[in-house]
Amino acid sequence: MNTTVILVVGVVIVLTAVYISWRAGRLDRLHIRLETAHAALDAALLRRAAVSLELAGSRLLDPATSLVLAAAAHEARTAGPDEREHAESDLSRTLRAVVDQETFAEKVQAPELLAELDASVAKVVYSRRFYNNAVDVTRVAQRRFLARILRLAGHTPYPEFFDIDDDPPKAMAGA
Amino acid sequence: MRIGIVCPYMWDVPGGVQAHVRDLAEALIDDGHRVSVMAPAGDDAPLPAYVVSAGRAVPVPYNGSVARLTFGFLSANRVRKWIREGRFDVLHVHEPAVPSVGLLACWVARGPIVATFHASYERSRAVSVTAPVLHTALEKITGRIAVSDAARKTLVEHMGGDAVLIPNGVTVDRYAEAEPLPGWGPDGTVLGFLGRMDEPRKGLAVLLEAFAKLAGERPGVRLLVAGPGDADDVYAKLPKNLHDRVELLGMVSEADKIRALHSVDVFVAPNLGGESFGIVLTEAMSAGATILASDIPAFRKVLGDGQAGALFATGDAAALAREAAALLDDPQRRAKYSDEARLAVRKYDWSTVARDVLRVYETVTGAPVGVEDE
Repeated sequence: MNTTVILVVGVVIVLTAVYISWRAGRLDRLHIRLETAHAALDAALLRRAAVSLELAGSRLLDPATSLVLAAAAHEARTAGPDEREHAESDLSRTLRAVVDQETFAEKVQAPELLAELDASVAKVVYSRRFYNNAVDVTRVAQRRFLARILRLAGHTPYPEFFDIDDDPPKAMAGA
Repeated sequence: MRIGIVCPYMWDVPGGVQAHVRDLAEALIDDGHRVSVMAPAGDDAPLPAYVVSAGRAVPVPYNGSVARLTFGFLSANRVRKWIREGRFDVLHVHEPAVPSVGLLACWVARGPIVATFHASYERSRAVSVTAPVLHTALEKITGRIAVSDAARKTLVEHMGGDAVLIPNGVTVDRYAEAEPLPGWGPDGTVLGFLGRMDEPRKGLAVLLEAFAKLAGERPGVRLLVAGPGDADDVYAKLPKNLHDRVELLGMVSEADKIRALHSVDVFVAPNLGGESFGIVLTEAMSAGATILASDIPAFRKVLGDGQAGALFATGDAAALAREAAALLDDPQRRAKYSDEARLAVRKYDWSTVARDVLRVYETVTGAPVGVEDE
């Protein structure tokens, strides 16, 4: 009788341990995915700001447009964590206003720079989707009962979505 | 970039996903990338050099129809070996929620994984029963692509999260040149239609009504129809005296489809709705056909608001007949539309789509780690 109880308790403990380690492993994988996605998003945003600055300084635009674009790109690049969403949205809006000007395509003859801008704008859209997806699953996993009780997430903070307006200019909407 | 692509369906059976994977792989190879495709295939099926067989697919009932799928531990091992030997920078899985090699690849791989969702469907029971198993595999996907708004909606509803939209491409050059079918135009008299004859939303009924009207006024006008469906049903909708002026080719090969597109003076797309993209138009545009399409949003967009083809009020047979007559009478306008169409369709060429897919790859491969097996 006693041995049976000990055996059953032992099996339950082992199974629980296996289950917890599996859940912890999954959460760990999700955190790595989240970090990678965040790094990609950060790189995409920085790159977009850099290309915007290059375009602003290229003397291909009129001075007013140059100044507007340079200011927005500068704001986006230097914004602190709290203002970043705001500043990046402003850059998206400014880019739309600049690129969707009526005669932009005729006036700005710089295929390589425009291709780079096009790529950087698209990558902001892509990387932000992928990052928010990762935030979504990680949040659900962190909120699970077991993860909360046992602090499986460790010191990883509860991730935040990155909500910005990243609609590309019409002329660059890709396909 | 070293790219591993997984196709869940039999390579040697024609289908939309297979064609997509083939065109994408070839566009990426043309762009200088090293691509390996893993797909189920028959034992003696001839495979292009870049395809690795995942073994035979077994016909099983799935989601209400019989699908040919590849699963089991043996297949999982083949996938694992392919991943280990391929040392890919990125793994691109198509239809990962289908129980076939795609899902197996997600299960055994680790690293940057991109997935493309093609189909739109209602939630199946099996998916909810096996949800935890499925989730563990699908959670590894770092970048998700949907080929249409419908596919994206399905994804959002069934799995949560979002995806980026990259529509199907068309290999423009494959359509550019072809010999017209014997006995057909273009000679200023031929209207053409492509698509399922028995699917009301494709709008053949509207075209038949317009054709009957047009043919009464113009003795030379003929109609060429290619696509599956029951011929008798179609003839029943036409006056007897017009039967010999309408040819139904039935289901045609890819090559004959292209020849058909080169055999018509005006290609009519009378769809009533439901098209999310208008692949049929992009194919016709690639062939340089003069297009007369219904004014649904997808078509209006593809045709650049009527720059690259004429539009008529959706479902309006009288308007269709009027526009078709005007186009048949005006070779110059037809030529202008044809040129504009060839130009506008470049935007939908596979090279453009491949460029966008590559940007997704670059987004997920920021960290310098490749795909490994687990």
